[in-house]
Amino acid sequence: MTVNGRSVGAEVEPRTLLVHFLREQLNLTGTHVGCETGYCGACTVMVDGTTAKSCTMLAVQADGASITTIEGLAQDGQLHPVQEGFWERHGLQCGYCTPGMIMSAVGLLEANPNPTEAEIRHGIEGNLCRCTGYHNIVKAIEYAASKMRGETPAPAEWEVKA
Amino acid sequence: MSTTSVLGGVIKRREDPALIKGRGLFVDDVKMVGMLHVAFVRSPFAHATIKSIDTSTALSKPGVVAVYTADEVRHLGPLLAQVAVGKLRPLLADGVVKHSGEAVAMVVAEGRNEAEDAAESVEVDYDQMKAVVNLKEAAANKAKVHDDLDSNVLITWEAGPWGNAEGIAQTRQAIADAKVQPEVVIVSQEMVNQRLIPTAIEPRAVVADWNEGYGRFTVYSSTQIPHALAGAIAKTFGLASNAVDVTAPEVGGGFGAKLNVYADEILVCFASMELNAPVKYTESRRESPNNTIQGRGWVATATITGRHDGEILGFELEGIADMGAYTQNFTVAIPFLGTFVGSGQYKFPTYWKIDCVTTHTMTTDAYRGAGRPEAIYYLERIVDVFAREIGMDPADVRRRNYIPASSFPNAVSPIGFAMDTGDYAQNLDALLATAEFADLKAQRDQARSEGRHVGLGLSSYVEVCGFGPSALVGLGFSWSTYDLPSAFNGSGLVRVNADGTATVTIGTGPSGQGHETTWAQLVANELGIPTDDIRVSHGSTAESPMGVGTFGSRSAAVDGSATYLAARKVRDKAARIVAHVLEASADDIRFEDGGAHVAGSPDKSVTWKEIASHAYQPHTLPEGVEGGLEAHSVFSPANATWPFGAHAALVEVDVETGDMQLLRYLAMDDCGNVISPMIVDGQLHGGLVQGIAQAMFEEAIYDADGNCLTTTLLDYPLPTAGDVPSFDLHRTVTPSNVNPLGVKGIGEAGTIGSAQTVVNAAVDALYDLGVRHIDMPLRPRRVWQAIQNARKS
Repeated sequence: MTVNGRSVGAEVEPRTLLVHFLREQLNLTGTHVGCETGYCGACTVMVDGTTAKSCTMLAVQADGASITTIEGLAQDGQLHPVQEGFWERHGLQCGYCTPGMIMSAVGLLEANPNPTEAEIRHGIEGNLCRCTGYHNIVKAIEYAASKMRGETPAPAEWEVKA
Repeated sequence: MSTTSVLGGVIKRREDPALIKGRGLFVDDVKMVGMLHVAFVRSPFAHATIKSIDTSTALSKPGVVAVYTADEVRHLGPLLAQVAVGKLRPLLADGVVKHSGEAVAMVVAEGRNEAEDAAESVEVDYDQMKAVVNLKEAAANKAKVHDDLDSNVLITWEAGPWGNAEGIAQTRQAIADAKVQPEVVIVSQEMVNQRLIPTAIEPRAVVADWNEGYGRFTVYSSTQIPHALAGAIAKTFGLASNAVDVTAPEVGGGFGAKLNVYADEILVCFASMELNAPVKYTESRRESPNNTIQGRGWVATATITGRHDGEILGFELEGIADMGAYTQNFTVAIPFLGTFVGSGQYKFPTYWKIDCVTTHTMTTDAYRGAGRPEAIYYLERIVDVFAREIGMDPADVRRRNYIPASSFPNAVSPIGFAMDTGDYAQNLDALLATAEFADLKAQRDQARSEGRHVGLGLSSYVEVCGFGPSALVGLGFSWSTYDLPSAFNGSGLVRVNADGTATVTIGTGPSGQGHETTWAQLVANELGIPTDDIRVSHGSTAESPMGVGTFGSRSAAVDGSATYLAARKVRDKAARIVAHVLEASADDIRFEDGGAHVAGSPDKSVTWKEIASHAYQPHTLPEGVEGGLEAHSVFSPANATWPFGAHAALVEVDVETGDMQLLRYLAMDDCGNVISPMIVDGQLHGGLVQGIAQAMFEEAIYDADGNCLTTTLLDYPLPTAGDVPSFDLHRTVTPSNVNPLGVKGIGEAGTIGSAQTVVNAAVDALYDLGVRHIDMPLRPRRVWQAIQNARKS
């Protein structure tokens, strides 16, 4: 398979989950395990351009696939607008759900470049965050959507209040 | 940019670049050469004797290195607990199990899969016994949970005021007298404050490496209290605390669940010492509810006696709280912490009595708020019930009974605690005066005119945090059990390096609270060193001065204040150096914009690099000034801090299905001075959703046999982004008078303020149908049932 643009190959046990292959064999530890049931989304990666939960997928199922993990999202040292949005709008606290949340948001914005707040909230329902209450995650994704459309993002709430 | 404006301003978080790039180091990311992996054999029964354990098959499995049972670890004693009232947890079950999921044996293997496979083949012969699960039955001592304890009631916390038997008797008499006055209104309601599973998204993990050459442990753990863990390991293995280096790297959420020393942390150290290899254990989500502490779990009856004019003459709370099977770090102290805010913001006589009861379930301990959400829930629900009973605006009832602003500072609550600062009526009125509150009322009234069941709920709260005062060591506020008899002081070490940058080392244990950012702002504000040149280091017992950890919304108020004082010491010394260099008076030296200058003469200036070069070339220093430029401060506040606030929620109930939506949420919080509004609001957002989650979604459920039925996230529904709205946050600012920053703490306020606000709103929505109370969580079936019950009666 191709992971973050690099061709990789390995012999794995049939039961090896994709997330364990990424973390243990490729040392790409940015993809996290939160629940082992596909519910929390901390393990979300891109498989052939669509988001997938890598704890509910066997590594062998991804044979030949092109995979992007959080480590491969920034290009040429430039943060992806979604990564930038999370930093600019305080979209993370402990950071554990963040890689999966960012990957889901990337997938969401590729499918819908101009989402409403309700569409953003619905779009990330497969990813759980216990720290932020989602408020600033929504703002971070709105920021990224604006940037990706070539618009100037709305100012941060704390700038408006100040 | 002038660095003197950093306080109250926003800088982007220093923590974020690593975390958004997937480069943050969490414990499960740690790999060591030759590292072994642990899996536990866990009891399927809540109460059983262990007749035999056969490990021979497991030992023959590929990759298995060792299997341990109680026989090998008994000498290490039960797990230490800071407040050791009740039955302490054996490291591995010793002849008997007391809750489902209790660890019975530990398998160590070369890989995690091998360890888990082998754990399946450890044969344990159990003799199942009847489990005591129902809290009321446990409290009635129908059957005992532990044969060697006199009672299932471990301790009773009685207050009114606390710790004063004569005062309690007088309070009870006053309330009894009030009850027989003419025209008195008495409302009483039994309410459940259900058990919750804290559920940090990162499951706990620990890696331990014993190096017999150095005689030292290197430990990585997902913990909020690295120093206490180091102390616990040291004490257990007969080492000095400085022979145990604990690092809490990135910690993926804590919420109190990582404010504990766990048996697996000790056992992994044991295995590393036995096998002379690094050993890792990462909890699975399915194990977690029975391996990491749970929270809440109270049943209590709240009673208010008052008059039709809104005057409340007395409040009583009597009930029981579920401690689970074994006492861990603070287990029985959690309801005690509730007593601190037992009378809330009010002046009326308050009597409070909670029995701490053991059951055959997982241990409970501190979960975000820890006793205070429970206390405020009961109080603020029953105040609302009373207001409705007498037909008065709930805001007016609250305002009428508040402790007046004139009683501050240091107002003494009826429960007997002095509170630092407060102005409750002003805070409530500020909430009511917002445009959003008017909107909520208009929205509710409009919806009702359309026949929809929309409710507006209100609550106010006071909480206590920022522990704490040194004198509280006598009440257990210390790590003395772990041979670290330090009070819950703050601690900060500020060092200016030879290149003029600064390194700040603190003994906190953050799990997302942004300490690297907030502390950089604090130190930049004092020294004028740009925040980008300030590195903040935390979570390492090898590096940091004695630290207490991060919990109870204490870090900024206590450790932040210590760091502020340390920075002042560094600044004072630097001023002497600069005065010498620039031939001026030290009193005239001003620090900003990356250096120092003489007041009124901006051209007479030096950079921090120049100041540092003098500090580290002592021959250039004035006489009597030592080389180096660093300072450490320990700070003990005169009191805890008492943040407060008022919240409002708007909900809509579909009366056909019982489905409830939270439409809007508005909050007016007061946490004293604010260092970073961005981080403070972020703490509130997360705290609010955890309180809302208790009100609407979450519940740890045990069946009658003691099986926990909610061990996956499918069964234990955390709120998703689609379940909650965006929040309207405002604040009033009443600075604390017990620390030099005037800050109070905001980590738990959202949780303490929100659950009852949502339930009050739900009852408002359904009041015309006859609904007077619904126990949490307000899931559709329960709401629907409450509507049916009300219609029948």
